[in-house]
Amino acid sequence: MGSFVQWLTESMFLWKALIIIVIFAITLAIAAYSTWGERKVAAYIQDRRGPNRAGWGGLLQPLADAGKMFFKEDFIPAQADKWLFILGPCLSMFTALMSSAVVPFGSSFIIGGKEVFVQAIEINIGILYVFGVVSLGVYGVMIGGWASNNKFSLLGAIRAASQNISYELAMGMSIIAILMMSGTLSVREIVLQQHGGNWNIFYQPLGFLIFTICAFAECNRTPFDLPECETELVGGYHTEYSSMKLGFYLFAEYINMFASSAVTACLFFGGYNYPGMDFVERQLISGIGANAGHNVATLIGIGSMFIKILFGIFFFMWVRWTVPRFRYDQLMNLGWKGLIPLAVANLIITAVAILSGYKLVGIWVGLAIMIVLISIVWSLRPKKKNAIMGA
Amino acid sequence: MQLTNRAKKTDKSELSLFERSYLPSLATGLGITIKHFFQAKPTIEYPEQKRYLGPVFRGHHILKRDEEGRERCTACGLCAVACPAEAISMVAQERVKGEEHLYREEKYAAVYEINMLRCIFCGLCEEACPKQAVYLRHDMFVPVFTDRSNVVYGKDQLVEDMTHRYKRDAWTKEDAMKLWK
Repeated sequence: MGSFVQWLTESMFLWKALIIIVIFAITLAIAAYSTWGERKVAAYIQDRRGPNRAGWGGLLQPLADAGKMFFKEDFIPAQADKWLFILGPCLSMFTALMSSAVVPFGSSFIIGGKEVFVQAIEINIGILYVFGVVSLGVYGVMIGGWASNNKFSLLGAIRAASQNISYELAMGMSIIAILMMSGTLSVREIVLQQHGGNWNIFYQPLGFLIFTICAFAECNRTPFDLPECETELVGGYHTEYSSMKLGFYLFAEYINMFASSAVTACLFFGGYNYPGMDFVERQLISGIGANAGHNVATLIGIGSMFIKILFGIFFFMWVRWTVPRFRYDQLMNLGWKGLIPLAVANLIITAVAILSGYKLVGIWVGLAIMIVLISIVWSLRPKKKNAIMGA
Repeated sequence: MQLTNRAKKTDKSELSLFERSYLPSLATGLGITIKHFFQAKPTIEYPEQKRYLGPVFRGHHILKRDEEGRERCTACGLCAVACPAEAISMVAQERVKGEEHLYREEKYAAVYEINMLRCIFCGLCEEACPKQAVYLRHDMFVPVFTDRSNVVYGKDQLVEDMTHRYKRDAWTKEDAMKLWK
């Protein structure tokens, strides 16, 4: 027994368990308050006040919404495949929650002479893990839509599948450019390399643009929310869902938003790095001791990470209440004819810039050359004859 | 024929590459929405905040008294006839000796009832009244009721209280226009 207690305290098991539980709780809390935030942002953009009756400023609204969801009738259509119907939302929620496991939310805490990373698991293929889990996410939507035995649900599910497959390609290729620069798949390593204001956004402006657009598509957010397109498909893949199963689908969307904002922050905005962090850490260490100083500096780093994440979530909402939904063919055109060629071009430019030895300058010059080339080709293209316009 | 000068001629020329990239119009749109995000909101949070509804708002009914506190209503029934919703009913009675300080004329309404579920607040009773007895107040709503037994308003709720006399803010259009400034 004594050796077991000793093992518990000496191994990282307890601390890791604590960190995982805290990250899990924070993920759920942020997702819950995203629903409140979404309604507030929507209201403020539309010159309204938004929910403000439940609690101060409507802060208890998520609780009221969840309470309402729980008391709704949990309906399963007679012709639906019962088990798949239940599996759909569970899978959606499960994959959404898993994807933030490899995200480093902060540097590390020094506890009892040991360094504990502020991260659920540190694996050297972090990015691949994120992509694997995110790709699984579409199964939740597909299974739910298929099991509902409803045309609208099925159409929504098919759209979700084709959309996610199309945009995952461009997303993956925009990431490869970053992987070439950093030479590692570990998210923590990528974050560490951006130390000192050396953020990837300055090296990969086009990559960031492509990644953001694809992240919107992967999260099924406007302007790419075709899977649940209300105007055409009633409710899309969750037409037949009610009660907390519907709640799970909606909740999974917000968790996905949180996770993709976290990944974006790590890949392009330096994760928990912030300008002047070395200075702050040195001051803290000289002020309150090595361990305490390091731990407090880590806490500030976590704060900067969460500021970036929250801004990411706000940006998701800001775009949702600005841009109308794409048409389905426009969506496919943008994905296959727009983003994938651009991602390939970005890949080539990055490779050339790395080989040339001038990374930063090389990439910007390469992008400028690419834009010039595209405009030349554009101006040389055969003009379309348009009878109406010509008349 | 030009009705307003807001009409814009649509530009049907082909989009340039920059415009085709969708990004400039996206940025413009984001700018517009963020501007609205920080703008002051025009919302009036009703139960806590109330706005002035003007001197001609048609709210709670009142049966006026004259300057000496005598009821003006003579139970002629013109308001009940004018009422399109048939919300008004009354029972007339003759004034007896010693009631001259209560009723202005020889006949008065012993019962005067308005059914607030039927009333549509059109103000036709006010227009029909030859004695300037019935008015719709501009400063008071009929309160929310939750029980049908509270719906028929009798004289106890309608006749003017002499300690809080009802006075309109403006009687002429000119006075009303001044209030709105």
